[in-house]
Amino acid sequence: MSTKGTTILLVDDDEDFIFQQKVQLEAAGFGVVTAPGRKEALELLTSTRPDLAVLDLMMEDVDAGFTLCYELKKMYPDLPVILVTGVTSETGLEFDAATDEERSWVKADVLLDKPIRFEQLAREINRLLGS
Amino acid sequence: MDSLRVLLVDDEQGMRMGMLRALRGFTVHVPSVDADVDFIVDEADTGEAALEKIQEAAPDILLLDLKLPGMSGIEVLEQIAAEHVDTLTIMITAYATIEIAVRATKSGAYDFLAKPFTPTELRSVIRKAAEHRAVTYQARRLAEEKRQVRFQFISVLGHELKAPLNAVEGYLNVLQDGVAPDTPAMQGEILDRCRARIEFMRKMIADLLDMTRIESGQKKRELAQVDLAAVAKQTIETAAPAAAERTITVRLHCDTPVQMVADRGEIEIVLNNLVSNAVKYNRDAGTVDISLKKQGDEVIIVVADTGIGLSKEEAAKLFSDFVRIKNEKTRGIFGSGLGLSIVKKIAELYDGAATVDSTPDEGSTFTVVLHESELDEEPKSSSSPASPAGSS
Repeated sequence: MSTKGTTILLVDDDEDFIFQQKVQLEAAGFGVVTAPGRKEALELLTSTRPDLAVLDLMMEDVDAGFTLCYELKKMYPDLPVILVTGVTSETGLEFDAATDEERSWVKADVLLDKPIRFEQLAREINRLLGS
Repeated sequence: MDSLRVLLVDDEQGMRMGMLRALRGFTVHVPSVDADVDFIVDEADTGEAALEKIQEAAPDILLLDLKLPGMSGIEVLEQIAAEHVDTLTIMITAYATIEIAVRATKSGAYDFLAKPFTPTELRSVIRKAAEHRAVTYQARRLAEEKRQVRFQFISVLGHELKAPLNAVEGYLNVLQDGVAPDTPAMQGEILDRCRARIEFMRKMIADLLDMTRIESGQKKRELAQVDLAAVAKQTIETAAPAAAERTITVRLHCDTPVQMVADRGEIEIVLNNLVSNAVKYNRDAGTVDISLKKQGDEVIIVVADTGIGLSKEEAAKLFSDFVRIKNEKTRGIFGSGLGLSIVKKIAELYDGAATVDSTPDEGSTFTVVLHESELDEEPKSSSSPASPAGSS
């Protein structure tokens, strides 16, 4: 697919994750904007309309990603959102966004477990962007 | 109210009725564990019936008549001893011989009750057994809690150690896939980031070793006269590069020499951890003020910064293991979450305390109070064995 002119929003307080995914997304031809937290992301969204968002679940609050996800979907209902979590490995808590019912409360389109490899993220991004 | 299950085993119905009556509504207060105990009483008329009930659910206390039709009380006792049933057995005997008593004791009988007995005698034996059980259960609960805390610690530790590994692995993937712009600046940045994560992991392992050493008490503490100002100066030197990077001024206030009997290594850890935090969580161009004071046998170390400060809720949990305050202001600051927990543990070794007083966005002041250790043995460094400790 053509990634030209496609902007991905990355939100994570883990600067290593941001750095690594940004470099790779840019190498794949995407435009990338990043924010280290929910507040900064909301600020960024007033001027930028990304084509897809990748959010970390646990940032300043354990559920900051959920909240942001909800806010994003309210602003842009069609915006595909990938929620990245370390929750399963950190707490043993498990949830998924595989069924409509799960998606209805998780709000994200895809949940990915950390640590993730870039190929995995790229596959989901391409799928959600319909290519 | 805790309930203990009691099983009465006697072939005479009249005896069982009498015992049931004596224990109805009976409660025992166990002061050592501050608990009230009541009893749920069940009965059996033969050894065989008793064993069946015991195998189903072991009672806390077993009142077992020695003379039973069929299987004898001793045989029941030996059987449950062989099966390692967790119960406290009181043998009821009408004609106890030494031989029987020895056999019963060998099989783990806890107590004896001689027939005929009064309700008061029965209650007194039960009271003793109940106290024994309550204390045993309390000890088990505490041991289990300790085990859980240890598991939790190891689990958190595992995740904390995994995080920098994941980060470095991510950078290696980026390099290996050749996706990063092939410029010296980019390659250099990736390598610097890897090195920083490894350095962080090394610091964390060092903190962990410090903590284990302090908590296990295995390391022999080397007590000697320590000049706190000298240690503080050394700490300032250690913190200087990080402070200079953000033009933070670190000052020492110490009017009179502050000496105390202590383990120098421990004092170094306290000062290093406090000062490195004060630099890390400071604002650019901020200050760190270290003051040392001695009042009687109390040594007071105060480290004040002009940094981001803490809320009351954050301050309350600050001295626990692996607690790192996560908010917008602490983003990008790395730490093991063990430094202050170690400071607190060391302060406790000196019968002292570590506290914090803080105003968000203005700064935090950490105060550590230490009491001088007793020099009850000659300091290792003493070169002249004849001179008494501390006489110089």
